[in-house]
Amino acid sequence: MLRWITALATSLVVAGGAHAANVSNFKLDNGLEVVVLEDKRAPVVVHMVWYRVGSADEPKGKSGIAHYLEHLMFKGTDTTEPGEFSDLVAANGGRDNAFTSWDYTGYFQRVAADRLELMMQMEADRMVNLSIAPEFVDSERDVVLEERNQRIENDPGALLGEQRRAAQYMHHPYAIPIIGWKHEIEALTVEDAVEFYEAHYAPNNAILVVAGDVTPDEVRQLAEIHYGSIPANPDIQPRERVAEPPQLAERRLVFEDPRVAQPYVVRSYLAPERDNGDQREAAALNLLSRILGGSQTTSVLAQKLELEQQASIYTDASYRGQSLDDTTFTLFTAPPEGMSLQEAEDKLDAAIAEFLAEGVDPEQLDRIKAQVRASLIYDADSVSRLANRYGSALTSGLTVADVEAWPDIIDSITGEEIIAAAERVFDRRKAVTAWLMAPSAPEQEVLQ
Amino acid sequence: MIRFAAIIFAVLVTAIPARAAVEIQEITTPGGFDAWLVEEPSIPFAAVEIRFRGGKSLDVEGKRGAVNLMTGLLEEGSGDMDALAFAEARESLATSISFSATTDTISISFRFLTENRDASVALLKAALSDPTFDDTSIERVRAQVLASIRSDSTDPSAIAGRAFNEMAWGDHPYAKPGDGTIESVTALTRDDIVAAHAATIAKDRAFIGAVGDISAEELSALIDTVLGDLPETGAPLPTEAKVTLEPGVTVVPFETPQAVAIFGHEGIDFEDPDFFPAFVVNQIMGGSGFQSRLNREVRVKRGLTYGIGSYLSSRDYGSLILGQVSTVNARMHETVDIIKEEWASIAERGITEEELTEAQTFLTGAYPLRFDGNAQIARILVGMQLDNRPVNYIATRNDKVMAVTLEEANRVAQRIYRPEDLQIVIVGQPEGIEPSN
Repeated sequence: MLRWITALATSLVVAGGAHAANVSNFKLDNGLEVVVLEDKRAPVVVHMVWYRVGSADEPKGKSGIAHYLEHLMFKGTDTTEPGEFSDLVAANGGRDNAFTSWDYTGYFQRVAADRLELMMQMEADRMVNLSIAPEFVDSERDVVLEERNQRIENDPGALLGEQRRAAQYMHHPYAIPIIGWKHEIEALTVEDAVEFYEAHYAPNNAILVVAGDVTPDEVRQLAEIHYGSIPANPDIQPRERVAEPPQLAERRLVFEDPRVAQPYVVRSYLAPERDNGDQREAAALNLLSRILGGSQTTSVLAQKLELEQQASIYTDASYRGQSLDDTTFTLFTAPPEGMSLQEAEDKLDAAIAEFLAEGVDPEQLDRIKAQVRASLIYDADSVSRLANRYGSALTSGLTVADVEAWPDIIDSITGEEIIAAAERVFDRRKAVTAWLMAPSAPEQEVLQ
Repeated sequence: MIRFAAIIFAVLVTAIPARAAVEIQEITTPGGFDAWLVEEPSIPFAAVEIRFRGGKSLDVEGKRGAVNLMTGLLEEGSGDMDALAFAEARESLATSISFSATTDTISISFRFLTENRDASVALLKAALSDPTFDDTSIERVRAQVLASIRSDSTDPSAIAGRAFNEMAWGDHPYAKPGDGTIESVTALTRDDIVAAHAATIAKDRAFIGAVGDISAEELSALIDTVLGDLPETGAPLPTEAKVTLEPGVTVVPFETPQAVAIFGHEGIDFEDPDFFPAFVVNQIMGGSGFQSRLNREVRVKRGLTYGIGSYLSSRDYGSLILGQVSTVNARMHETVDIIKEEWASIAERGITEEELTEAQTFLTGAYPLRFDGNAQIARILVGMQLDNRPVNYIATRNDKVMAVTLEEANRVAQRIYRPEDLQIVIVGQPEGIEPSN
């Protein structure tokens, strides 16, 4: 067991927004980072463990192993039966689940506050004592394949999304789907899962987030007891993934599938992500996405394409700033009936060009900033969402201080900075433009 | 505004409250509206949920989709504000006002900062009582609705749901897609939209819940302002629906790797004295979490699916017990066999004492977890009123779950699971399955 004084010495309390939950952050001696968010309004806690490992950290040829392991984490430890973890959570009136992304894998339970210790005991147990029951190895792989069928194979838009990412990242593992390529999932073994587990699951590669009706002292005390005794894994190093080579050539994809009822154009650009201590460019891109696509009425693309020209029935712009490595900025338009995808794309390009020439409307920027400031108040209403925000930030190369600084940085960004960031990011050499459409009818081909 | 390709789950959750620490005030406004309020002043905003009973089921025959399209147009301008001015005003206040329609209700989810309350209330009042429904907005939102209908036409889950409803509900509005069809939505006129507004948005069918930084007096004034100018009444509410489902297996051919099945038959009403035992028994059969019989047999033991569940779909005018599963075409046959076996097994042999205890522990423990945030609690408060629950329901709900005995559970299991009535609708290309009707 670790000493309590050390934990105290490294603790850091950061005030949130004016009304946000109180945030505390400290580290145990074995490297486990802890974030506590206090919210006394209901006698409930969310207990989460986030590992700094995701699908982008998989060995080559083993795509899907991070996610398959996440499923197998429910299949027993040295001292618990398969399924017992969730059964015990349920028997205590709680709910539990887990998730995998490119940069992280997370496990969580929501329970009455007085059951927190049991959750810690069980989660700490499976951090080191996983013992996968052999009879579930094949059936759980089938479950994952059905999950892939449900999420991807049955949805042409999702299939195109996979193809688009594979083209967007020429070298970096973000090219590979989180759930894995089907042929590689089929070949995954329990040995692959255990190897991945042993390499990455350790207290010095994890973040514990506890949110709700608790105090930092309570969390620290319980965390020392249950997680503090697990030794750090000295082999764990900061993640260094391969970098993209210069992207010099635009990529274009056309995907035809008879299940497509509404065609669309989606274009993604390689874009910088939020970095520790350096979030200004990302903040400008965040605001750019809100200006272009944040509202179905007032945003620039909605105004120009949907309202003025009736050249789109739906537009969107999105930017995923939380990411360990280079991320993407995405534009979307769905043409009205009778308009070709080429014309829809041309109109989208013209709208962006106009926007860059006109600059940011200062009133629109003010309204967006007012909403960002208000979100500091609204966000305090959902401590689970706040817990997710800290967990995903801390597994994406950011710190608690970065999260706290973000609203002020957003508030300080000027229209000129946004246009400058837009001009940098809208570089077609770093873009993938993808069309989703149904195959042309055979009759038409005969006519041609 | 209708979101393109939005996935809308119109699952009506049976609001089964219990022992969460919320103190509900029942208020009646000077204007005569009843509302439930939970004051929670620690964060300076409030969430107000208003629902009008009736919803898409009030569509007139031949005008399917009018209520849905009308709801999508409520935020597209009112009085002297066009869609743009309305949206800009809302954004400047950082207020959120969203309108949505289900088969049984039209919902308004309203959230505002305390400092912007009055201006936000004026905005909502204008949207609700004086919508413009101008031609430009009608065409824009109509195009979005049509895109969404087209997308649903090639979505296996949506196809299955539509086919099941058509078989289940005879000539009741529940049988028809609430968003309408390409033909019906294309043909809607501005007059149809105005008529849908008059039919659905009225004083006599409003239910209100509010949570947050607002007093009873302030809420009273808010409600009378927002709803005070509405007409007293609208169209007559729908009549009770009769379940017309025939047992059997129906296959809707569709080329896709994973087939989707929806299965079930007539269910049980919220107000039925057996509702609580039925709710507990369904938790054991196919409730949420990893512990249900269906999940254990179909997912955990055999890896046939990523998700399977069953639920009591108890609507205002008719009830079904339903389940859904998706699995690769080659294994749908095996999956259907297991579902049939489980359906028969729980009806014939009932449940065990251990299963009952586990389900009760889970349901009573999970209940307080639902009270998660002001907006969520406001939705629960309105749901309770729509289901005719008393205000003390939250305090007594867990006792009702705990009071279910094994004998009662087994009697009700036999009553609500009727293997001989089971209809299974499969969308896909399931191998080795012969449609029986």
